[in-house]
Amino acid sequence: MHVSGSSPSSATSPGKVRRSSAVLYYTLSMNVAGVSLDPVIRVDGLTKRFGQFAAVDNVSLSVSPGEIFGLIGPNGAGKSTLIKMLTTLVAPTEGHARVAGFSIQDQAPSVRRRIGYIPQLLSADGALTGYENLLLSARLYGIPRTERDAKIREGLALMGLEQEASVLVQRYSGGMIRRLEIAQGMMHRPAVLFMDEPTVGLDPAARRAVWNYVLEARRTMHATVFLTTHYMEEAEELCDRIALIHRGQVQQVGTPSELIEPLGPEATLEDVFTSLTGSEMDSGGDYREVQRTRRSIRQRG
Amino acid sequence: MRSSEHVEASGSAAEFLTQVYAVADAEFHKLRHDPLELLMRAAQPLLWLLIFGNVMAQVRGLTAGSMSYLDFLAPGILAQSILFAAIFYGISAIWERDLGVVHRYLVSPASRSAIIMGKQISASIRGLAQALIIYSISAVMRLSVDFNPLKIVGVIVFIALGSALFSTLSLIIACIVRTRERFMGIGQVLTMPIFFASNAIYPLDIMPSWLRALAMINPLTYEVDALRMLMMKTEVSPGALLVDFLVLFGVSALLLAIATRLYPRMAA
Repeated sequence: MHVSGSSPSSATSPGKVRRSSAVLYYTLSMNVAGVSLDPVIRVDGLTKRFGQFAAVDNVSLSVSPGEIFGLIGPNGAGKSTLIKMLTTLVAPTEGHARVAGFSIQDQAPSVRRRIGYIPQLLSADGALTGYENLLLSARLYGIPRTERDAKIREGLALMGLEQEASVLVQRYSGGMIRRLEIAQGMMHRPAVLFMDEPTVGLDPAARRAVWNYVLEARRTMHATVFLTTHYMEEAEELCDRIALIHRGQVQQVGTPSELIEPLGPEATLEDVFTSLTGSEMDSGGDYREVQRTRRSIRQRG
Repeated sequence: MRSSEHVEASGSAAEFLTQVYAVADAEFHKLRHDPLELLMRAAQPLLWLLIFGNVMAQVRGLTAGSMSYLDFLAPGILAQSILFAAIFYGISAIWERDLGVVHRYLVSPASRSAIIMGKQISASIRGLAQALIIYSISAVMRLSVDFNPLKIVGVIVFIALGSALFSTLSLIIACIVRTRERFMGIGQVLTMPIFFASNAIYPLDIMPSWLRALAMINPLTYEVDALRMLMMKTEVSPGALLVDFLVLFGVSALLLAIATRLYPRMAA
């Protein structure tokens, strides 16, 4: 890890002010939540190899309760593989990780009870209504029968979907589907909500709406949010801290302003990334990945 | 959060049953939203019985014992449509994988076998819908269908078993090949031999010995055998029925165990 030295000047630029407030908010939220903050996610030397290729290469990081933590990097950087390991979908080749206090390797069922996961692709079933989708989740997560309806209604209300409860999801807009999936992922009050590319394929307005709902969900349910994105804007606006990942390795971790400041007042996260890797955020992903993404975009309307 | 020192088990028996029911109920709702699919599936058995059956019934050598050929054929076509409907489950699993619905199941605390059993039950519901259609066609064609309630219960049991078996087989193939294109190829290569190397449309006695040997290790043969005794007005041999049941149940249980191990690969 090569963290470059800080540049104390240029404290008066407008961009800087906004970012400082983000740091302030971050610090506040860390202190308000309590004194002894054990990390809710602790990753230690996690590695996933497919043959000779290391998709995730010796990654270590920790996330505190209540944080919105973003993993950013181009397609194929290892973001999805890392999130799949943390959500127990893929077994690591080496290393350890604990999520919500439990080992992802040895205590997977206990981890699964405490996390929500919104995959990059569609996880809401288009052939079911919004209500039926939530009912399916409520049953899978063992929410008692007497509480199901209230929890489902609450989730629909929180995500602004009461009117569409009995409409088939295949008639939903992309933004509505994402909101339903957030409701789905939050219904059992997970300690950590994992989101893989939460706003891919959404237009700017719908993207912003999803951010607000994520913030709202965190505020009301006190969950930690761990998301991946390749939209720099998303990482800057939404995340308390971010990790830059490139070729399976974490290059740098910090608050958005910590990462940006050293590069000067006009810098963006994009510049940080370029300076670290010498390459653009663009491209990446193979034919199959593009095909899948496009298909899910089409599905979302 | 960290205070709970004990490692939680996968959940209670009640939770397990709720999970099975959750998956089956979701599939049931999907069918209710789009019942056209079930009606479309009526076309194939109709063709087999009306055209193939009526033509082949003219062949003298094809009568099996005291049964008319059409009476012989109807349960075979019922078994065939169960097989074809169940094979659909692999494609739907791959479709769910491409969308991301599989990930949603696998990241939940639901037991893997509960998820697969839920799918098996929904395959059975489809199988039962097929039975309703074929019973109706057969009744209209004035075949000697047996409406004895006890025998109908038996038919339901064997439809559930057969649907569970072939849907799980299909799911296993889907877990191995993982793309729709490859599945389509293998699905074709597999279903036709399962169908033709069975006693669905001709009796075992007239098969060459090598084909009969294949038919004897083909689960569809046992499915057809049971359905033939139970659906039509013929004598039921309890011993043969028990063998059919044990074979189908044993193979289903084995496939369930294999599928439970393979299914998590769908999320990788």
